[in-house]
Amino acid sequence: MIVPLSRIAGARSGDKGEGSNVGVLARSEAAYRFLKRELTAERVQAHMRAINGGGVKRYEADNMRVLNFLLLDSLGGGGSASLKTDAQGKTHGLAVLRLELDVPKDVLDATPAP
Amino acid sequence: MPRKNKVLVANGQGFWGDSILGPIRLVREGPIDYLTLDYLAEVTMSILQKQRSRKPTAGYATDFVEMIDRVLPELVAKKVKVVANAGGVNPQGCMQAVLGVIAKHGLSGVKVGIVEGDDVYGQLDELLASGEELRNMDTNAPLSTVRARVTSANVYLGAFPIAEALDQGADIVITGRGTDPGLVLGPLIHEFGWKKTDYDLLAAGTVAGHIVECGAQCTGGNYTDWRKVPDMARVGYPIVEAQADGTFWITKHANTGGLIDVSTVTHQLAYEMGDPRAYLGPDGTADFTSFTLEQDGQDRVKVTGVKGGAPTPTYKVSISYEDGWKATGQLTISGPDALAKAKLCAEIVWQRLAMDGVEYAPEERMVEFLGANVCHAGIASANAEPSEVVLRMGVKGRDLAKVDRFGMELVPLVTSGPPGVTGFAGGRPKGTEIIGFWPALVRKEKIRSKVTVVTAGGKA
Repeated sequence: MIVPLSRIAGARSGDKGEGSNVGVLARSEAAYRFLKRELTAERVQAHMRAINGGGVKRYEADNMRVLNFLLLDSLGGGGSASLKTDAQGKTHGLAVLRLELDVPKDVLDATPAP
Repeated sequence: MPRKNKVLVANGQGFWGDSILGPIRLVREGPIDYLTLDYLAEVTMSILQKQRSRKPTAGYATDFVEMIDRVLPELVAKKVKVVANAGGVNPQGCMQAVLGVIAKHGLSGVKVGIVEGDDVYGQLDELLASGEELRNMDTNAPLSTVRARVTSANVYLGAFPIAEALDQGADIVITGRGTDPGLVLGPLIHEFGWKKTDYDLLAAGTVAGHIVECGAQCTGGNYTDWRKVPDMARVGYPIVEAQADGTFWITKHANTGGLIDVSTVTHQLAYEMGDPRAYLGPDGTADFTSFTLEQDGQDRVKVTGVKGGAPTPTYKVSISYEDGWKATGQLTISGPDALAKAKLCAEIVWQRLAMDGVEYAPEERMVEFLGANVCHAGIASANAEPSEVVLRMGVKGRDLAKVDRFGMELVPLVTSGPPGVTGFAGGRPKGTEIIGFWPALVRKEKIRSKVTVVTAGGKA
């Protein structure tokens, strides 16, 4: 079933140099296993291409069910050099959560809705 | 031997500008042993250095002094100790102001400690001459490329100088630049006698500090599932309840708003985390993939099993430098046809500036139509006919006069553009300085921290 990422994950973002750090937190073990496979750096990069001019790096923290993404050039210069409203990438987590995914029924069943 | 079985370390200030109610309510609404407060961002150091260059007694977080003034009698009565990086680039000046507040309250015997040695602005040439290249960690460029424009330079000191000030009996510890988690780790080192080689314990204190360093961001603030967070207006600020073995709980005072569960705490752990296996700090590294989080009662999360490693031989130095000018301004444009009119307005501004011989490169100028999909551009579907939009425009560059020239063409649109243009309060946008950051490394043996503790109404 096609659902937004927010159905099976939460997120928080902030600035990291000239880019932003987007932590994606799976809402269940099943969701984490699914996202570890499907929510690749490439997928996030394609989704955020209008915001992020640079590459995307992904890190994993299994203990917290977190996939952590670094968007390397997403702040229009970063720090005080940015002219953008969201110069610190505070809204990038919610932007990533709008990504639509085809999530299997068993993963949805194992993941309580927010 | 540990002084206590458990120590309560609270954070009441996530950044300079955070609500003063955070620390006040932490002191008033329940038990804590330590109140920590974070006031410094990278840009703050540069601003404070400028303030000090104009006025030698300035250069610290004045909000801190106001906060102390409001809660000092309760801090003393409840024996709550305070650790804050409010010293900015002038910990001495901040201490003098705090001593003044203590005197005003007619109190004596309160001990105030400061940690210095982080500020290397005056030693940069000496460091460069001694072989420290201070290359930019991101670009590898040597500092010489921006040396003449440097406005501040501060080392991120660790938690041991804070512990030393507490060992000497300080009730209030004021530091300059240090790591944010160090504000929490310092009291734990002091209370539990943790050693420099207790890497797992130091990592535990660092993780605890990271969780609470942004104040209410671990207690329900800025949380994905915000509808689940009760009474956000009265959100409780976080408290670390720590044990000598490195086990700790994240909690808050009873009868406060907000929410602490594994999810809210994990949200904050993921914040600005970078590589979770290599969270570097001056006192050691922490492995964010090592520990376990579990719910242990209402608004109470237990963290166990934190692993860490040895520190690197270098400190991180945060150097700021002047990097040109920028100006931004905005107008509100009502419908009908709000977006079409806003686009026309932006085009008019650039054309009029060009008519006067002023043009900006694409990377030097910016246009946003707030309300018509700015934050999630290219992701969310925009409303084609918003009933109004905010036109926000900006330019930047090395030439202040050219940056200021832009600001003169925004307001005229009210009378010489399409109809329905308003919201021009605040006058012409003016150029403000862009502060560039230059992260670098310096060998630890080049840096000397210094701890001083004085007694209010007495001598050191």
